This record gives sequence, structure tokens and C-alpha cells, in this order.
Amino acid sequence: MRRVALVGTGLTKFTKDDVSIESLMLLSIKSLFENAKNLTQKDIDAVLTSTSDNSKYLSSIISELTGLSPKISHSVESLCNSGANSAVSAFAYIASGLADVALVTGAERYDSPGRILEWDKSRGQYKHPIYWSSMFTKAHMRKYGTTKEDLAIVSAKNHKNATANPYAYFEKEYSIDEIMQSKNLTEDIRLLDCSLPCSGSAAILLASEEIAKKFTDCPIWISGIGQKTISAGFTKNTDLTTMKSTIDAATDAYKMSNTQPRDVDVAEIHDAFTICEIIELEDLGFAKKGKGSSYARNCYETQDRKINPRGGLIGSGHPLGATGIAQIVEIVQQLQGKAEKRQVQGAKVGLVQNMSAAATSSTVLILQS
Amino acid sequence: MTVFESELENGRFVCSECVKCNKLVWPPSDFCNSCFSKVRWRQVSTTAVLVEFSKKNDTVFCIAEFEGIIRVMGSLEADEKELIIGKELQLAKCDYNGTERFIFQLK
Repeated sequence: MRRVALVGTGLTKFTKDDVSIESLMLLSIKSLFENAKNLTQKDIDAVLTSTSDNSKYLSSIISELTGLSPKISHSVESLCNSGANSAVSAFAYIASGLADVALVTGAERYDSPGRILEWDKSRGQYKHPIYWSSMFTKAHMRKYGTTKEDLAIVSAKNHKNATANPYAYFEKEYSIDEIMQSKNLTEDIRLLDCSLPCSGSAAILLASEEIAKKFTDCPIWISGIGQKTISAGFTKNTDLTTMKSTIDAATDAYKMSNTQPRDVDVAEIHDAFTICEIIELEDLGFAKKGKGSSYARNCYETQDRKINPRGGLIGSGHPLGATGIAQIVEIVQQLQGKAEKRQVQGAKVGLVQNMSAAATSSTVLILQS
Repeated sequence: MTVFESELENGRFVCSECVKCNKLVWPPSDFCNSCFSKVRWRQVSTTAVLVEFSKKNDTVFCIAEFEGIIRVMGSLEADEKELIIGKELQLAKCDYNGTERFIFQLK
């Protein structure tokens, strides 16, 4: 299997703008071409597009709009982890030798059809994501004594981190009090416990080891990959205080990369809701079970940017198909030492955790400089 | 409309059950997800167990588990103070109007 590197990145500002999916993707690809050295259209032999708004043959449209004639071209759709999954597909094409250079772009509009899961009959009339997140929140509070202030600290931390991210939707800090006083959506979560669907796009360029240095002096290697889908129905999560799919995906990613949680210097994890970050900190092995909130609190109080330095989904916004790719962009910039005000000093090993459909599916990547 | 939906519309909560291995197949499907045999439709028990709950405005919503395997979300007509995880619930009403609806009460 060939080694595969991340060699280019592109981003758009996350907004509530009424822009078409293809225009958003075009913007992130333009940004990527401006950032990568020596890159021409002829270099790219695979194009993958990631979105939940998959009514069009987007990869072909994007290829035409960007002057590409790739050997491989298709979309990847798996709701909120479409982004990381499209990167995994690109990795597989290159590692196997079917492609040498792959362009991956993800985008979503603020009104994406992926927000509500009509298929899942087990949700009954409670199909909006605030209901499943309330169930996780209440279960974690019941078992581990997690408090509403613990949740608010995650939001405060990630909003604060996002103020150093020029591409984030949110541009201001929120105090813990402001977050706790924000509108109650249910008994257990408030408006500022939630990530916000928005419009945005991100792009990455992957290349084989043989050609990687043509495009960058600092290739970032994908050394570990784990994916797990336990179901499509939310209620198949039998233990609501944990994310089984994330545990399984992380186990495989750590094993493949021969790393452990303590080796990770910086991580972007899928904080669709504040409780998600707390559970993920535990399930990724950064904190013991029940101690995720203490871990997040310590990051907040010490201004440690290790977890979600770009602001996560809560601070940056959540354009579904773009999110996993934007997470990868952040970790690439961190490991290249190019994260500017967000830089975690000396970061060598990074982790991306991208999940979907109430944690029924997760993808974990380990990246290394 | 599927069998599941039309039965629910008539107030009957049914689930697919494998004709060969008798496994309850949830969510409802046309074939068994273990052996791919055909399924029959049978009514699910009207009693369930409370798995978790929260509240939006004045309405309690919950996850309830039927027959140790089928979990659904629905509303729960009960005083929150009386609720204990594991308590028995009664399916008081179910229907379908473009989306599934389950209403529980304490047994």
C-alpha cells in the first residue's frame, strides 16, 4: 500500500449566504489552487465531492467548472461524516495505485436536506437532532453528574477558539453565563449548546508519496484510518453515555498508525452539540469515562487549544458535507505550523473525528507531519 | 404507504418478524436482516420500558423499549417527578400522519 499525503487545502468563509453548492465548491477549490505550488489541472486524476445535498452529479459539474478531466469522479454521501469519508475514499484510490493525485471538496447550504432524518422510524415524531442530543445529555448527566455548566464550558471554549479562525461563522466570544441563559430548546440543551447549519465549503488535495513534494514542502501523512457504522437508526445506540462507533473507529485508527491517545497533540472532534465533545473526549481516550467535562474545563481555564482549535462545529458552523474536510484542513495547518493565532506549538500528531446520524457512524483519522 | 405505516395509521404498532428464524426485524423491513427470509407482520406488545427521557416545554419525550429490542421515541403523558428509568409504560396511542407518533403513559 502506498503512503498518502495531504498536500493542499482550501476554505471558504462559513456564512448563511444563499449560494449554490457548486459555487461554494468552486470557491474552496480556487482557494486550494492559490495555496498549492506547481498544481495544474492536469495533475489531478480523481475528484470526489462530499455533500448531503446530492441531487446533482456534482463531481462531474465541479470537474467541468474547474477544467478537470479526471479518471475517477463521484460523490460521497453519508450525512455529517461525508467529508472525512470522502477523504478516506481518496486515500484508498491513491494507496491502491488507481490514482496519484485526488481533489476532494465538500460543501453544504444552510438549508441542507441532511439536517432531518426522515428515514429513521425509531425517532417517531422527534426527528430533529435536538432530541437525540437531549437523550445523550440526560443520560450522561444521570450517570456521571455532568452539569449544564459543564456543557456551557465546551461552548464557551469553542466560541473563544473560533474568534481566531477567520473562516468561522461565529465571530464573538460568549460567556458561560450568556450560554447558560440562551434559549432553552429542551430541558437539557440550550441554543448555544448546538452547532449551526450554515453555508460553506472546504477542499483538500491528496497525493502519493512519489509526487507529494511537487505541491508542498510540508506534506502531512495520513497514518491511521478507522470507520465504523453501527446502524442508521438512532435508538440502536444502546448506551446513551457513549459513542460505540467512535470507540471502534478510534481503536482501528490508533492501531493502524501505531499511536495512542497520549501521542495526539491536536484534535478536531465532532461537537455537533456540547455533550458530543464531552463524550468524544472520553471515547477517543483523552479522558476517562465521566471525566470528559473536567478535561474540557481544564482546556478552557488554561486556554489550551488542543481540542477544536478552529472552534469545532459549535464555533465554526456546521455545513454538513464540508465539516469533515474543514476539520482535516485545520489539522493539516496545525501540523504544518501554519495555523497562525490558533497554532498549537510543536504539534506533530493530529486527530480528526467526524461522525453522523446521532453517532451511529464515525470516522477517525490520524495525521502526522 | 408501507404495511408498517398503514397499520400505524389505524392505531396498531406492528413490526416485521422473520418467518424462518422468528427474529423481530426493527426498523421494519421486507426481509430478515439475519437470514434474508421473508417477514410477516405482527403486533408489538403495548407495554414498554422507559429507557431515557427529557422535556420540551411542557411535554415529556422519551425512548421506550418494547420486547427487549424495539426502541422508539415518543411523548410521555406523565409527571416528570414520577419517572424512573426502567419503569413500565403503556403505549396509549400510536398513529401515522406523514410521520410516526407514539404516545405513552405510566402503567
